[in-house]
Order: sequence, then C-alpha cells, then structure tokens
Amino acid sequence: METEERIVASPEDVNRKPETPLLDQLEQGPWPSFVKEIKSATQTSKMPSDLLGQVELSYREKQGHWKHGGIVGVRGYGGGVIGRYSDDPEKFPGVSQFHTIRVNQPSGWFYSSQALRTLCDIWERHGSGLTNMHGTTGDVVLMGATTAELEPTFNELTAAGFDLGGSGSAMRTPSCCVGEGRCEWSCYDTMKLCNDLTQQYQDEIHRPPFPYKFKIKMSGCPNDCVASAARSDLAIIGTWKDSIQQDDAAVAQHAAEGVDIQKDVCDRCPTHAMDWDGRRLTIRNEDCVRCMHCINVLHKALRPGKEQGAVILVGAKAPIIQGALLASVLIPFVPKEELHETVTELVSRIWDFWGEYGKNRERVGELIQRVGLPAFLDGIGLDPVPEMVAAPRDNPYIYAHETGGEK
Amino acid sequence: MPEFKVGEHTYDVDEDGFLTNPDIWNRDVAKDLATTEQITDMTDNHWKVVQYLRDYYVQFGVAPMVRKVCKDTGFKLNEIYDLFPSGPANGACKIAGLPKPTGCV
Ligand code: HEM
Ligand code: HEM
Ligand code: SF4
Ligand code: SF4
Repeated sequence: METEERIVASPEDVNRKPETPLLDQLEQGPWPSFVKEIKSATQTSKMPSDLLGQVELSYREKQGHWKHGGIVGVRGYGGGVIGRYSDDPEKFPGVSQFHTIRVNQPSGWFYSSQALRTLCDIWERHGSGLTNMHGTTGDVVLMGATTAELEPTFNELTAAGFDLGGSGSAMRTPSCCVGEGRCEWSCYDTMKLCNDLTQQYQDEIHRPPFPYKFKIKMSGCPNDCVASAARSDLAIIGTWKDSIQQDDAAVAQHAAEGVDIQKDVCDRCPTHAMDWDGRRLTIRNEDCVRCMHCINVLHKALRPGKEQGAVILVGAKAPIIQGALLASVLIPFVPKEELHETVTELVSRIWDFWGEYGKNRERVGELIQRVGLPAFLDGIGLDPVPEMVAAPRDNPYIYAHETGGEK
Repeated sequence: MPEFKVGEHTYDVDEDGFLTNPDIWNRDVAKDLATTEQITDMTDNHWKVVQYLRDYYVQFGVAPMVRKVCKDTGFKLNEIYDLFPSGPANGACKIAGLPKPTGCV
C-alpha cells in the first residue's frame, strides 16, 4: 500500500519524480535508456513524472495502463496524431491525455542543428518535451500532447516549415536511406524520389483514403538500410543489371591486408558465383543475385555495376492483424531514369485494385494472399515473370523429372 | 465519464467526444454535436453525409469505409474535409452519432 502511494509524484518533491525501482533497473548497463531520458525531461515538464509512475505501475502489475485507441487530430487533417489516454487519469493526471504527434522527417534524416532546436523548443512549449528520433515509420515522434495543445503545436510546426506525417488508413510518410547523400553504394537518388513522392501524395498522407495503411520505403542498394523488404507495402530497392565493377589491384590489396577471400567472400556468396585462385577473383555475374555481401567485404575493390536502377517489391508488413509478411518482387528492374514514372503508375493501379477489393484493415500483402498473385497481377495489368517466384523448386509436389531431371 | 454540454442539453461522451450511447441520436443531437466541430450551419450537403453514415450504421452496425462514403454520397474526399474539417471519422461519424471507429497507430 505504501509503495502504491509513492508511485504518484509528490507535488512538493523538487524534481517531482516518483519512486521507480523497476524502471531504475533499465538505467543500468552501458546502453542508452529511455528511463534516463524520461527522468531528465521532468526538468522541463510536469508530464514525464506521471509517465514514470504509470509505466512503473505497469511493470509491477505486468499490465499496460494506456487505453486502446483514441481519435484526435488537427483541422483539415485526418491523420498525423495518435490519440492516447491513461486508464487511471486520477492517479496520473500528467498523462491523462498523452497523444503522439508524427512529424514528417526530411529525406534521409538530414537536419541542421537549428531545425532540431526549433523542433524541440516548440515541443517543450506545447508538450512533454519527449521525442523519439525516429519511429519505425520514419517520422519524428513527439510523445505527450494534450488535446488542447494539438492545434497550437501544429500551427507552430507548420509556421516553422514542418508538417505532420501519416497515420491510420493513409499513405504513411515515405522514408528512405541516405542514398547518394552519403553512400557510395546507392544505385539511384533515394532522397529525391522520397521527397518527390512525399510532395506528390500530400492528399493521401493527410486524408486517409485507403482500407488500411500503405507504406513506401526506399533503399539505394540491396543492403536495404531502411528494411523496406520487411516492412513496407511498396519497397523500392536499388540494384544493377550489368556486372559488378571490379578493381583487381584493390582485391589484391584486401587480400594482403588479411581478408580471407575464399572463406569470407567466396564461401559466403549465396549462389556460389565467385572463384578465387589465390591471385584473381572471378565473378560469374549471371549467377549473382546482387546480395551485396562481396561488395560490403571488399569495399575498396568491388562496387555495384554501372547500369543502375531498382527492383520494386510489394506486400511486406509487420504482424499486427495477421502474421508478418516479407515483400515479393513485382518488377525486377526499372532503370533509374524511369523510376519516378513507373512508381507513380504502379501505385495508382495498386490503389485502384486494393480500394476496390480490399477489406477494411486489409494490407495489400494480405489481399494478394487472399486473391492470389495471378489475380492481383491481372488486376494491376502486369505479366508474371520468373523473378516473382522467391525460391523456385522448393515445392516438393513438383518433381524434378518435370523439369528434365530424374524422379 | 466526460460530459458535453450545449445550451440546455447534456450528453455522455467519451474522451474524444463520441456519444457513449449511439441510440439516443436524432437530428437535434447531430446539430449539438456539430458545434464541437465548429460547424454552425448544417447544410444539405452536411446532412447528406451524416444521414448516409447513420443509415449505413443502423443497417450494418459499422461505419462504411471511406471509399464507399465518397462513392455513395458523390463527394470527393477533399469535399468531405471541406464540410467536416476533422475528417470523415473524427468529424462526420461523430456528428452522425456513430461509436468511435477503432483506430490503430
Ligand atoms: C516499455 C514500454 C514500451 C515499449 C517496450 C514499446 C515498444 C514499442 C515498439 C517496439 C514500437 C515500434 C518501434 C518504433 O516505432 O520505433 C513502438 C512504437 C510506438 N510506441 Fe511504444 N513502447 C513502449 C512505451 C510506449 C509509450 C509509453 C508510448 C506513449 C505513451 C508509446 C507510443 C508508441 C508510438 C506512438 C509508437 C509508434 C511510433 C511510430 O510512429 O513509429 N510507446 N513501441
Ligand atoms: C495431416 C497432417 C499434416 C499435413 C497435411 C501437413 C502438411 C504440411 C505441409 C504441406 C508443409 C509444407 C511443406 C513444405 O514447405 O515443403 C508442412 C510443413 C510443416 N509441418 Fe506439417 N502437416 C501435417 C502435420 C504436421 C504435424 C502434426 C506437425 C508437428 C507435430 C507438423 C509440423 C510441420 C512443420 C514444423 C513444418 C515446417 C517445415 C519446414 O519449415 O520446413 N505438420 N506440413
Ligand atoms: S541501403 Fe545501400 S545505398 Fe542505402 S545507405 Fe544502405 S548501403 Fe547505402
Ligand atoms: S553480390 Fe552477393 S550474390 Fe553477387 S557475387 Fe557478391 S556475394 Fe555473390
């Protein structure tokens, strides 16, 4: 009973921090700690101390104390704010309304320090001061707004040049890896495409028109630093069509510096497309599946080919309503000059089909599973190609003799 | 339980302002709820959307999907936002006295 009382911050306490023995454990160790950050935010806002109290209570009871759902927003927008309420507002008034605001991040997450200061100043004036840089969606996540502060926060954000991101059954804020901004592997300008798509789909981002969320993520090469293949409805991943560019002298230099090219490069090529005779590295590019492994290891010697573009995949999602799905190839290669046009056309066909046949809260990937890939391809007007098959000949019901082998 | 007062009338609503009991809805209630959305004058176009949502809800027990609202009422999504600045869910469904749509991050 006594500990029950102390979980609520006392108003006389200078730091207004409740006692949080369970949360305190999460400050131990060398890692960053959200507990430490929330505690430091008690200096600038009254909300974080009740947040600590409520989360401590949840840890003690092994039960969450946020209510499910909530619909709040700003005028003219159907998304961008996620409503969140405490289920015990009397005990924790500071988090009785604790909404999350998504702010559209710049492509590749490049900010000036001035922009970050502006953002944080606005947020300390209007909310808890707590931020998450960045959420899985890619947005800046501002956590802890009351309903009354939403509109004033929004007004200040837009005056400073920021805008909200997507939420609910909307086009979610597109996001991309730094691409050509910093990375030599990038096979197309991810930041430009990301910005172009963000501008182009403002309506769909702010006014949810779909059966459920729709995410586009862009990576400049198959390293897929934004994990687009695992968590976006449309993944655009840079790749190349010709041969890996190879500098033999640099290969030799890597070997001289101690890289075991046989063991660490050739043996780990998923399609065994490389040979090393101790002096010369030979790549059978027709067998290469562009996984990036050899390039990542021999980074001074190898680089993606010159004929660059992207592969477009569809249907990935995390397991919220049904299980997780990985993306499947939709278009094996689009030259980089044609990417924007192809994506625009493809997206509009997918949205039409999904809008017409999708059930409420059914992701595109789930719709494809339900109706089957052939029906989906037919619906969006694409011909099937072998690259759409993830792993040919894995099906035990197709016997080898049908493809010319022994039974 | 929060209450929402307008003039003489008091309603039990949830924290987002949705009626706790959707069955008490009628057009006068709708007019009262519209004030929370800064809609002072419910025009024929407002009623067209609100009455459509209400009828759909009474018949199917759920709110229609946005695409269907646009198709069946003939309004483009942007026009619906012009009528209801908080949008079809937070604005129009609330005025039509529907239970709060289940949301998701
Ligand atoms: C120990 C407590 C918590 C755990 C383990 C947890 C876990 C997670 C995870 C794994 C994600 C997805 C990763 C991400 O988006 O970055 C997430 C997202 C999110 N969480 Fe939490 N969470 C916790 C507490 C909270 C609290 C206290 C709030 C707000 C009051 C919150 C609000 C959110 C929101 C709004 C998102 C979506 C962020 C986005 O836009 O991507 N979470 N949480
Ligand atoms: C009439 C009963 C069953 C049928 C018709 C059936 C059928 C199948 C089929 C068609 C697959 C996919 C095979 C493939 O991917 O090549 C599979 C996989 C699997 N089944 Fe069953 N199954 C049955 C019973 C069971 C039972 C009783 C268990 C466990 C005790 C089981 C465990 C598994 C596992 C673990 C896999 C995955 C194997 C892998 O990942 O490679 N199955 N089953
Ligand atoms: S995905 Fe590829 S191009 Fe983008 S940052 Fe990662 S390694 Fe570089
Ligand atoms: S990119 Fe991957 S598949 Fe291609 S040669 Fe290198 S290791 Fe093999």
